[in-house]
Amino acid sequence: MRPTHLGPIYRGLQLDAKVNARLSLFGITKRFPGVLANDNVSFEVKPGAIHALLGENGAGKSTLVKMIYGIMQPDGGEIRWNGERMTVSNPKAARKLGIGMVFQHFSLFEALTVLENIALGMDAKIPARDLENRIRQVMTQYGLMLDPHRIVSTLSVGERQRIEIVRALLLNPKLLIMDEPTSVLTPQEVEQLFVVLRKLAAEGCSILYISHKLHEIKALCETATILRGGKLVDTCDPRTETSRSMAEKMIGGGLKDIKKVDGRTFGAERLVVRGLNVPKDGHFGVALKDISFSVRAGEIFGIAGVAGNGQNPLLLALSGEEIVAEGSAIAVDGEAMGQLAAKKRRLKGMASVPEERNGHAAVPDFTLAENTVLTARDRLGMVNGGLINEGKARTYAGEVIAAFAVKAQGPRSLAGSLSGGNLQKFIMGREILQKPSVLVVSQPTWGVDAGAAAAIHQSLVDLAAAGSAIVVISQDLDELLSLSDTLAVINEGRLSRPMAVKDADIEQIGLLMGGIHGDPTAEVGHLSEELAHAHQA
Amino acid sequence: MDINFIIAAIMTVVGISTPILLAGLGELVVEKAGVLNLGVEGMMLLGAIAGFAVTVYTGSPWLGVVGAGVAGALGGMFFGLFVLGLNSNQVATGLALTIFGTGLSSLIGLSFVGRIVAPFSSIFPPELARDPLLKVIFGYSPIVYFALIMVAVVAWFLKSTRAGLILRAVGENDLSAHSIGYSVVGVRFLAIAFGGAMAGIGGAYFSMVITPMWAERMTAGRGWIALALVVFAGWRSGRLAVGAYFFGLLMALELYAKAAGFSILPSQFWAAMPYLMTVVVLALISMRDRAGSNAPACLGRPFIPAT
Repeated sequence: MRPTHLGPIYRGLQLDAKVNARLSLFGITKRFPGVLANDNVSFEVKPGAIHALLGENGAGKSTLVKMIYGIMQPDGGEIRWNGERMTVSNPKAARKLGIGMVFQHFSLFEALTVLENIALGMDAKIPARDLENRIRQVMTQYGLMLDPHRIVSTLSVGERQRIEIVRALLLNPKLLIMDEPTSVLTPQEVEQLFVVLRKLAAEGCSILYISHKLHEIKALCETATILRGGKLVDTCDPRTETSRSMAEKMIGGGLKDIKKVDGRTFGAERLVVRGLNVPKDGHFGVALKDISFSVRAGEIFGIAGVAGNGQNPLLLALSGEEIVAEGSAIAVDGEAMGQLAAKKRRLKGMASVPEERNGHAAVPDFTLAENTVLTARDRLGMVNGGLINEGKARTYAGEVIAAFAVKAQGPRSLAGSLSGGNLQKFIMGREILQKPSVLVVSQPTWGVDAGAAAAIHQSLVDLAAAGSAIVVISQDLDELLSLSDTLAVINEGRLSRPMAVKDADIEQIGLLMGGIHGDPTAEVGHLSEELAHAHQA
Repeated sequence: MDINFIIAAIMTVVGISTPILLAGLGELVVEKAGVLNLGVEGMMLLGAIAGFAVTVYTGSPWLGVVGAGVAGALGGMFFGLFVLGLNSNQVATGLALTIFGTGLSSLIGLSFVGRIVAPFSSIFPPELARDPLLKVIFGYSPIVYFALIMVAVVAWFLKSTRAGLILRAVGENDLSAHSIGYSVVGVRFLAIAFGGAMAGIGGAYFSMVITPMWAERMTAGRGWIALALVVFAGWRSGRLAVGAYFFGLLMALELYAKAAGFSILPSQFWAAMPYLMTVVVLALISMRDRAGSNAPACLGRPFIPAT
């Protein structure tokens, strides 16, 4: 019955005759225009196993699980479920088999209630009251507490994920696919999630856990399948590997560490934010309340927090896209900036890079040269008497491309034609080569491959070493811990007291991200108890 | 002011409000599914001429109303074919549908100019329908009662049925609805067809009840008021009914001002009143609530599933 066209990976696969695999993939191949997303991938998941699927952004993990869940069809190869060959034609068919999936980007309806959201995900028609009872039953069983009548838009990200998990669990799945489940959770929420997953696995449910966070995989999974560029490169036991060895398999090369000089001293305060208040924008917005911090020359200041806690309004207030009522709330080198528009702030050396590359930081349909004019025109004198000096813009774009090893045809290529990582390198380079006194960046390595991320991190460290003050807003706590000198946590529009990263306590940061304000020592104990309680439940 | 005047006034307001109430209810469902159909005016005119023509040929106003609904639904489905099948721009396609409906109805209507159709007979005993007092409850065309019933039906459908929940979900987050396994295009197509049928029946009210004869462009821009009404009502059918009667009151003012020879302000001002109010109401609403948080999140956005 073995297909003959399968490659060497299949031949190397150990098939255990005694324990039938719940899910087996043989030579799965998926082609998109110009890319081979999955190239002859074969592996299997055993009943009750927590199996990691590891790889960088664009390695083909999501494509692979979308085929298992029936969202896409493979171009080649076969999927076996409990040893039987089958085609999963759509998600409904997958759920019928007992495959559940929790997506990275939640497929929730913000304006509807928890109950309505779950009802939408159910294939069988169950009366609302019965469904509510079943939901409450699953919630108590796994310690996932939620009020079924809350509107989703009022819930935190962790709570929203619980809806997705409850929705999947209601179908009594035999295989649960978790796509990057922890990317938006606080460390404590991650712990709670792991408790649920271990309990599920102990009851015989297989779990396919997709992630690129190696310490989590080491803590949770017993098998890891590593993908790189659509190919399966290794299958290993993460408990016996080091994070570094798995990372190197994942990126296919040696891992570069950030070169940071130890024992650096910081200069004078360059960016001072004092009592910054911004009213909330619209119904679902977050107001900034009394934000104060300062960044010295040579210092990288990290702002951690779960998405939607005021990071966007903060970036807009710092960049000058939103003018601040109190002009002196933001000062650079002693000069008040709050009342200045973005253009003036840039001229005075306060640069910023927003989170969204396409359409905010860069215009996709403009060339790279034209994109440099947008932020560098005043500081580098690219406009004379209302006319753009195209030569100057092209030269500068060329410099950025060369200095930051951007893979692009040249200054005339369209920004939209670059890959995410390359465009991000270009945008960062565009600001850094202007030698700003203050640089504010949001999510500098969001959706960027590890190679480009390392280059971007290094360039920020180098800019700080040259005497600039840098603010990095990120949801990736690992990134902030390795990159920044000082760290503060934003939660519901308030910024915590800054702490030096070298003596930061990860548990305390997690609690701050989860919204514990005030005297941390008093409430930490309380919440730890609550967590311990949740673990027992 | 005597009681007869008040009853006459109420009946005018209810009558004049009915077309925008019907068209607004249809558009409410369409927008809840995430589609913005600016072709309401066009579909109303298609319904107006179809209802009139069918009544002329069959002699039955009941069949005429069915014909109007079918014609409006066909107009909507034509729109749906472009915006759902070909992902064309919804605003441009909707405007094109209005122009198309105006033109086609005028063309077909050429041979019906000057003809008169039999009006609906009352569905209640004539003693009730003609009673000087009770006619304020029983004296309307069946379409008026149909519109009122539909207010409750639409509210119940959206709030309490599973199909209504799916429709709201499609309008709220089409990609999620698709990933769960619902047919976004199918749901939207049905919603658009329903919206077209309601607009068509609303249009037929002009040609079959208000003036039982055909005139070019006889809906006079009421389709646009119906569109504004949906926003005004915050996408809730109960508030839509209240809004429709409020606009009806404004439109009735024009008639009464004209009849009373009210000359402080020119009659053109009263005629423009509902349209001015539309602008004012929309401006006030957008000032109060910048994000328009009640609006379906996917309103007007084409559905392009990730492959």
